[in-house]
Amino acid sequence: MTTDVLISVKDLKKHFRDGTVKALDGVSNDIRKGEVVVVIGPSGSGKSTFLRCLNLLEHPTDGTILFEGVDITDAKCNINLHRQKMGMVFQHFNLFPHMTVLNNMTLGPTKLLKLSRQEAEQRAMDLLNRVGLADKAQVYPNQLSGGQKQRVAIVRALCMQPEVMLFDEPTSALDPEMVGEVLEVMRHLAETGMTMVVVTHEMGFAREVGSRVIFMDEGKIVEENTPGEIFDHPQSPRLQSFLAKVL
Amino acid sequence: MFESLKSQFILNFVDDERWRYLVNGLANTLKITFASVVLGIIIGVIIAIVRSTWDKTGADMRPGVGKFFLRLANGFCKLYLTVIRGTPVVVQLMIIYYIIFAASNNGVGIAMLAFGINSGAYVAEIIRGGIMSIDAGQFEAGRSLGLNYTQTMRHIIIPQAFKNVLPALANEFIVLLKETSVAGYVSVLDLTKGGDIIRGRTYSAFMPLIAVALIYLVLVIFFTWLVGRLERRLRSSDH
Repeated sequence: MTTDVLISVKDLKKHFRDGTVKALDGVSNDIRKGEVVVVIGPSGSGKSTFLRCLNLLEHPTDGTILFEGVDITDAKCNINLHRQKMGMVFQHFNLFPHMTVLNNMTLGPTKLLKLSRQEAEQRAMDLLNRVGLADKAQVYPNQLSGGQKQRVAIVRALCMQPEVMLFDEPTSALDPEMVGEVLEVMRHLAETGMTMVVVTHEMGFAREVGSRVIFMDEGKIVEENTPGEIFDHPQSPRLQSFLAKVL
Repeated sequence: MFESLKSQFILNFVDDERWRYLVNGLANTLKITFASVVLGIIIGVIIAIVRSTWDKTGADMRPGVGKFFLRLANGFCKLYLTVIRGTPVVVQLMIIYYIIFAASNNGVGIAMLAFGINSGAYVAEIIRGGIMSIDAGQFEAGRSLGLNYTQTMRHIIIPQAFKNVLPALANEFIVLLKETSVAGYVSVLDLTKGGDIIRGRTYSAFMPLIAVALIYLVLVIFFTWLVGRLERRLRSSDH
């Protein structure tokens, strides 16, 4: 079992303001290939910080992160190479507004993977077809709805053919009626065997798609288990009261 | 009345082909303005990148040679901004002409350099504002794809920042056009100096000075109109 560990996090700490705020206070976890790990918890529990540490958008104060066996927190490690294999989807989409949808998607593959323009466009169009947005290839992001933007953001990350996809509250900024279309894309992605780490408030998604659920509070993992156990038999009082409020 | 205006006109512009002072002066004014705006943008972009790189990443950098040089470069940029924005452009021009390049008498070239260095300080702050106005999420999105800092700046941040500050840059161009009127201090024949030479020859101030003012005004109106069109074009591509 240990050989298929993709990301191994050990005693991760992230402190702000000289240690007075402990966003992460010793988090350890192994994420295996093909897993869909859903991270839930109240605001300020450190779940987004945890996710952003995985590709070093936040530099952890202490602890190690092994990605494919390499310690990416090491100063000598070239994080840019590893980030190419870690797709990330943001709450606010962060599409590049000065580029068409197609160019948003081909930027990474042409500049980093050295694909030809033609190969990159072919790959992008295949992905756009999969999410039903092929007709939007030449459109600029601000002409898209929120749901469409997030679907483009997902396929932009997929264009790099990553080993793992990180989702930072991907549906939190969406109108309620657009949440479904984005979750649908994520569900299909999970079915293809993609390793995913998802920070979300969508408990339905966590239950149906998640292979494991992590509940965080005050910078620590309070409880982790299969979705069935987490939602039907929560052990800790903190999780019980959290679920009582959100379900 | 009309007859006297006509004779004044002939005296100031037609006799001895005095209109050539204005035409040659205008040519130099435009040459100096265009060249110094280009130089100013080059200096400005470099300074803006150094300053915003330090502001964004300096605090998180590991101590080492890279951090040392960035701190040094940032300090130098701040010094440059303070000195250039803290002293009048005429004084800077004269220092460069009479002290630094005392051996040279290429007034136009020195004026281009002086106004370029001066404009660079203002352009730097315009562009730095543009860079800082881009949402941090844009930067994170670029980095999360695996682009390095330079690639993210080049492909994602700078194009958006540049688009946002184009109107302000165009405005800087218009300001610079008028500022070059002090080039006569270092014996450059620019538009203002041209008018002044005519005044010295004909002993009449009205015609040459009004003519010079009108030419500046027409140029500024023309460029303002051009900037307005540019702004509308940029805005329309947003939708």
